[in-house]
Amino acid sequence: MTSVARQQYKVVGTSPIRHDGTDKVTGRANYGADIHHTGSLYGKVLRSPHAHARISGIDFTKALQHPGVKAIVTSVDLPPMEDKVMELGEEVINYRFLRAKILADKKVLYKGHPVAAVAAESSDIAEEALSLIDVTYEVLSPVLTAPEAMKEDASLLHDDLFTDEIGYKSDKPSNIAEHSQFMVGDVKTAFSQADVVIEREFTTATIHQGYIEPQNATAIWEPDGRLVIWCSTQGQFGVRSQVAELLQMSVSQVKVIPSEIGGGFGGKNPIYLEPLAALLSRKTGKAVKMVMKRDEVLEATGPAPGCYMRCKVGATNSGKIVAVEAYLAYEAGAFPGTPVGAGMRCMLSPYEIDNVLIDGYDVVNNKPKTAAYRAPGAPHAAFAVETVINELAEKLGIDPFEFRLRNAAKEGTRKVDGTSHPLIGYEETVQAAYDHPHYKASLGGPNRGRGVATGYWPNGGGPSSCTLSVNSDGSVSLIEGSPDIGGSRASISMQAAEVLGLPAESFNPSVGDTDSIGFTGNTGGSRVTYATGFAAYQAANDIKDQLINRAAVIWGIDKDQVTYNDGIIESKDDPGLRMSFKELAEQLNETGGPVSASASVSPMGAGAAYAVHIVDVEVDPETGKIDVLRYTAFQDVGKAVHPAYVEGQIQGGVAQGIGWTLNEEYFYDSDGRMKNVSLLDYRMPIAMDLPMIDVVLVEVANPGHPYGVRGVGEVPIVPPLPAIADAVYNATGVRFYDLPINPSRVVNALQCLKGDKK
Amino acid sequence: MAVVWVPALMRELTGGEEKVEVVGESMREVINNLDVTFPGFKDRVLDGNRLRPTLSVALDGIVISKSLLEPVKMDSEVSFLPNISGGSITISQWGL
Repeated sequence: MTSVARQQYKVVGTSPIRHDGTDKVTGRANYGADIHHTGSLYGKVLRSPHAHARISGIDFTKALQHPGVKAIVTSVDLPPMEDKVMELGEEVINYRFLRAKILADKKVLYKGHPVAAVAAESSDIAEEALSLIDVTYEVLSPVLTAPEAMKEDASLLHDDLFTDEIGYKSDKPSNIAEHSQFMVGDVKTAFSQADVVIEREFTTATIHQGYIEPQNATAIWEPDGRLVIWCSTQGQFGVRSQVAELLQMSVSQVKVIPSEIGGGFGGKNPIYLEPLAALLSRKTGKAVKMVMKRDEVLEATGPAPGCYMRCKVGATNSGKIVAVEAYLAYEAGAFPGTPVGAGMRCMLSPYEIDNVLIDGYDVVNNKPKTAAYRAPGAPHAAFAVETVINELAEKLGIDPFEFRLRNAAKEGTRKVDGTSHPLIGYEETVQAAYDHPHYKASLGGPNRGRGVATGYWPNGGGPSSCTLSVNSDGSVSLIEGSPDIGGSRASISMQAAEVLGLPAESFNPSVGDTDSIGFTGNTGGSRVTYATGFAAYQAANDIKDQLINRAAVIWGIDKDQVTYNDGIIESKDDPGLRMSFKELAEQLNETGGPVSASASVSPMGAGAAYAVHIVDVEVDPETGKIDVLRYTAFQDVGKAVHPAYVEGQIQGGVAQGIGWTLNEEYFYDSDGRMKNVSLLDYRMPIAMDLPMIDVVLVEVANPGHPYGVRGVGEVPIVPPLPAIADAVYNATGVRFYDLPINPSRVVNALQCLKGDKK
Repeated sequence: MAVVWVPALMRELTGGEEKVEVVGESMREVINNLDVTFPGFKDRVLDGNRLRPTLSVALDGIVISKSLLEPVKMDSEVSFLPNISGGSITISQWGL
């Protein structure tokens, strides 16, 4: 890892050992499946074997009589929900659809859709009972892709879904839930004036986040009506609000305790098992624990959408992009809601283009409801536009980085959504890649190629809370509201440590439940180190002020005469009046009481992130296998709070992007049944598939944060798709417009190139 | 006066204008005044008393929370954007 750092701090910018490291490497960390309660029951879910069917009847009489079975729930146990779109904290949810996702009512809309749930004395008994539930289906034809679902005569998933265009509804029901559009300038005229125009079509497959820990939930419905839930989630407050609304409870009646989380990447924002465990606990009066199996995770949680796209770009011979037209249709799965809006907003944010038309469609189809996956929506659209931009650069004979620099967005550039960029580091990041030895290095052999691409993610802010308490031994307990997925215990502690002039090791960080910390938005959007860090920064400054006041009281001087620097409190005038943080901490209880501080904030000045990637691949022309030989990722990180974690985030994003590009795919048969429901068949890259992923950190400080922090976790998954596709082209002479670029596609394409096959 | 960038799918209300000027000291006033000049504007961007859940609003380049109480300056720029939604989660409150 190399770093182009501008501002130096004492703690921020170092890489201390993670606070939760020992628990994790020794297996002591408590994940959701580790939760055990005496007398607990175990829950299992009956799932639809069909991708699209009406439910004619459910008979669970035999199952309920099975020895050891204690309760069964179906959709009739869920309170009815009208078409109710509610904004609860950070989430906007249509509860009618959420209810239908948790337990199917009249129709099943994907294979794996929950139909009933059983609680029994053991998991085995619960599974036996599932086979005794008799569900009668009237099977319907499924629609599996966006173009198929958008046809006039397509089978409709929802008879009452109408296309929305900012409040205008279509006359007829449709599988198109929403149409959005950006239009800037005069695209038609601009294309007519372009010297070169390239238009291509693209598809990407449905893929999964691939977190190792399956979804889980344990619920206890207390006799006093309070509901307590333990689960693996990216947001305990999000779970609380969704479960409370779905079960028609007040949020104060629901307590959610987030367990350690074994990966999420966006996929652990939605709820699945939590309401089922709660309903089964209410029926039985006992704790109910539910843990998904891998096939359930793949078939029935939220993958990233597949999509169909068209992208047309026009440029002048001098290398100026004059117009872009794009059409994005993303698969929502069974219920509306894709990140197509994000794709639309992100795809051209690296560039300054005067004439743009982008149409985006949110399309329901017979697959599981999609969920967020690292920079949701952005990688798809980047695959399209970055590929066409690479083709344009080649056709114009301009270096692809030079081409990007000629069209680069900068501070003040207006984006397609009408807003202007604040201070951004796109040009600096492209230049860092352009100047890097990797870009000029020899490929070293035949069948090898190098590719490049860039990506954008706006990053997030919003509500976050943090509490600090000074302990008498000079340590500080820190409670954050953000579930720690990517190392936030460290990155949040370090920002408070910087304020207080203490080492990061002086902090004991933990993640609070919904009763012990203020509201905090989900861990997502690359918002936590920025927003929760902002809360920690404010709370630490409050602690600092309190300690200055306390020292003044102890010394009997005015507080204006006391300074606090690097963990040392001293008098401006009397060198004899000097205490360390620890020495003052020891005296707190007898000099006025303990010192603690909480801060709840909602900063909205998150700085956008840019990534620029260079990748070398080698393609085996016989087998079609692609080896990634070398990868260098450049990223504007604002200020890397913990550079080693930032490097890890970027490497993780690249690894997932490599899987997305080369192998991963939900493989469906014509009946809509996923055929690769294990991690043996759903092929994610393993360490042996990957080279060392080199990282170059570029630091263009975000003016919206005291240390210049920009979110880092999401943008690194954006460029791999087009960068690798570009490298494969340069190795083979074939451009691939459909993902994944798996061996069979490569072999077929190379045979076509040789004329062996048409 | 504040400048409002009009969503492409609503430009039939503004005679095709990409941006319009409007007075207003808060987002609510801006929307109410837009509705006076361009009848129907309010119904398109609001759902009852709140911003439509599928929309975000940016004030001077920063996506703000959905509060219509947000103060607007004389030289402010307002944009209505499709939400960045990662599935059922809409992340407008995260400043995205």
